[in-house]
Amino acid sequence: MTSIVPKEQSSESKKDFSTEEHEDFRLFGLIAFLIADGMTFAGFFAAYLTFKAVNPIGPDAIYELELPLPTLNTVLLLVSSFTFHRAGKFLEKNESKECQRWLLITGALGVAFLISQMFEYFTLPFGLTDNLFASTFYALTGFHGLHVTLGSIMIMIIWWQTRVPYGRVNNENKFPFEAVELYWHFVDGIWVVLFIILYLL
Amino acid sequence: MTISLKPSNSPPEKLQPTGWLKYLSFSLDHKVIGLQYLVCGFLFYLIGGSLAGAIRVELISPLSDFMPREVYNQVLTLHGTIMIFLWIVPVVNGAFGNYLIPFYVGARDMAFPRLNAVAFWLIPPSGLMLITSYFINGAAQSGWTAYPPLSITTPAAGQIIWILSVLLLGGSSIFGGINFIATILKLRRPGLKLMQLPMYCWAMLGTSILVVLSTPVLAGTLILLSFDIVAHTGFFNPSLGGNVIVYQHLFWFYSHPAVYIMVLPAFGLVSEILPIHSRKPLFGYITMVFSIMGIVVLGLVVWAHHMFTSGTPPWMRLFFTIATAFIAVPTGIKFFNWVATLWGGKISLNAAMLFSCGFIINFVLGGITGVALAQVPFDVHVHDTYFVVAHFHYIVYGGSVFVIFSSIYHWFPKFTGRMLNENLGRLHFVITFIGFNLCFAPQHWLGLNGMPRRVAEYDPQFQLINQISSVGALLMALSTLPFLWNILQSILYGAEAGDNPWNALTPEWLTSSPPPVENWKGEAPLVLEPYGYGEKDSNKTQEGMK
Repeated sequence: MTSIVPKEQSSESKKDFSTEEHEDFRLFGLIAFLIADGMTFAGFFAAYLTFKAVNPIGPDAIYELELPLPTLNTVLLLVSSFTFHRAGKFLEKNESKECQRWLLITGALGVAFLISQMFEYFTLPFGLTDNLFASTFYALTGFHGLHVTLGSIMIMIIWWQTRVPYGRVNNENKFPFEAVELYWHFVDGIWVVLFIILYLL
Repeated sequence: MTISLKPSNSPPEKLQPTGWLKYLSFSLDHKVIGLQYLVCGFLFYLIGGSLAGAIRVELISPLSDFMPREVYNQVLTLHGTIMIFLWIVPVVNGAFGNYLIPFYVGARDMAFPRLNAVAFWLIPPSGLMLITSYFINGAAQSGWTAYPPLSITTPAAGQIIWILSVLLLGGSSIFGGINFIATILKLRRPGLKLMQLPMYCWAMLGTSILVVLSTPVLAGTLILLSFDIVAHTGFFNPSLGGNVIVYQHLFWFYSHPAVYIMVLPAFGLVSEILPIHSRKPLFGYITMVFSIMGIVVLGLVVWAHHMFTSGTPPWMRLFFTIATAFIAVPTGIKFFNWVATLWGGKISLNAAMLFSCGFIINFVLGGITGVALAQVPFDVHVHDTYFVVAHFHYIVYGGSVFVIFSSIYHWFPKFTGRMLNENLGRLHFVITFIGFNLCFAPQHWLGLNGMPRRVAEYDPQFQLINQISSVGALLMALSTLPFLWNILQSILYGAEAGDNPWNALTPEWLTSSPPPVENWKGEAPLVLEPYGYGEKDSNKTQEGMK
């Protein structure tokens, strides 16, 4: 039984270790980060649900939210997830013009979501400090909006980097694309949960 | 797809600093980063220790005569925050994790070296920020727990700086955790199975899972708290309709696992040190693994035992009492495994071994009071008294810090290539052990008799016991001197250590001391039995290597 393979002797000790390769697990790291990020949202959701359960606010406070605009937002984000996926399919086929077009649509949908969210903010009858419900509403949607903002910026960067021939993201170097796509689906999924908890419950 | 270990755009070797300057650089080498964590953490330990000294001096007399009450509050807040977030968490995770985990999995570096360096370099600025807040309008005054409404009503500047610095440290912790998970699960040398890894890898895997799952919740909570302070929202402000209990739940959802984040890696380190210095295999490897994972799972569902006096409903008290009592099971398994590892071993009573044994003794005492504190009827009586302070320090000082010292004595030859002076090390242990127990054992009595924690003044009847405790603290402060002298002396004039002074089998000893940048010249060794001591065939392999 050999419990130890002894270290190599001097003949091979000059081997350059920097040429060794290992598999790419950057996506794995990103998934771990998204789990952590998801836990932040989970904390917010838990706080919101507890507030709602044990801290009844005054009868004059507004619990009811208008549904049309957030429903539109949900559709915008769900469609954008689909268009992003579509762009990925074209990237795999090396059709970068098509890929860029779909990425641009995705980015535009993200920006449209943000504008629509902003519009909702300005039309709401309550402000950040009005009551507990209002504060939690703005904290949750704001934190999610921050994620959408960062995602939209990253989509625009990816869009710029998929241009031919100078862009650095292509079928051979797909990680940046995949990372942003995964992040975008994550932000989308969080919105669906947020929509259900905040608007429908 | 594969990626090369060395990024093509890294500066040529000539431009990277060498010698001691590399410890001040944005180095990507996991060994450099590990030592950066260790030294940085130790400097903060000295600061946090001085603050503890100030607290003990104040408590020599029942009146608040050494410093004003506000300053006392700031000092205890800084002491707690520095010791937890800047000393124990970064050192047991960051320092030893970064140094050892790549060796243990047979890798040249961590999975994400650049992220690793970022994680370290978040620490010094946030630590400095925290300390400077004392000189700008006063530091935070609400303790390391920052419970509202106290944290909302005390001066805002210090509290906000405290929140920012804890957020940065939390970020550093999360980056580190992601890195450890990826390294342990993905970067293992081919042929090395999970169940063949040294125990410290398992401890770090469990710890990192806790970090990734619980730290973000604290971050979110502190963001809400900062909104309460800056934007005057009312999340945790009862006068604005908020709910302070929600803060406590969210805070302890992180901060109870934080105890395991501080102590699980220490379990792992002890499991490495005991077999080597008693020349026996680690007893009960598989039960160790399962008890670590059991602690991880249970550690996430016991947080409300910190809140038995916060109006917790009866069903919640029942659930959290039972869950907390259950944690004693995996912890007890680990304790008996360590004792069984020592049993009949060829024990060398060097400093590393002494500190590890000290850990076992202190940790059992802290564990027993922990189980006692989980019982509601008892907890309601001693909540927020010195009993809790004593229990907590038995876990994090008697537990984690003893292990940190033990690990320094054990791995110093690997870090520097030189041996530490064993007699100075034993002296360090004796003074620390006596000082520690003299300082904290009497505090159980103080707590049982009702002395509240975190108050600068106390009832004169407690004066004698407090003075005994302060003498213990003085001994603890003095114990640092032989240690520091030993380190300085040994770095300069210590005896040459050689590659493997302890005749250990774990992979970090199968290379030169200090190791080369690439960890091993040539291929990484495949260590399938890291604890094969005392078995005939492994001895043969040992001799074959010489």
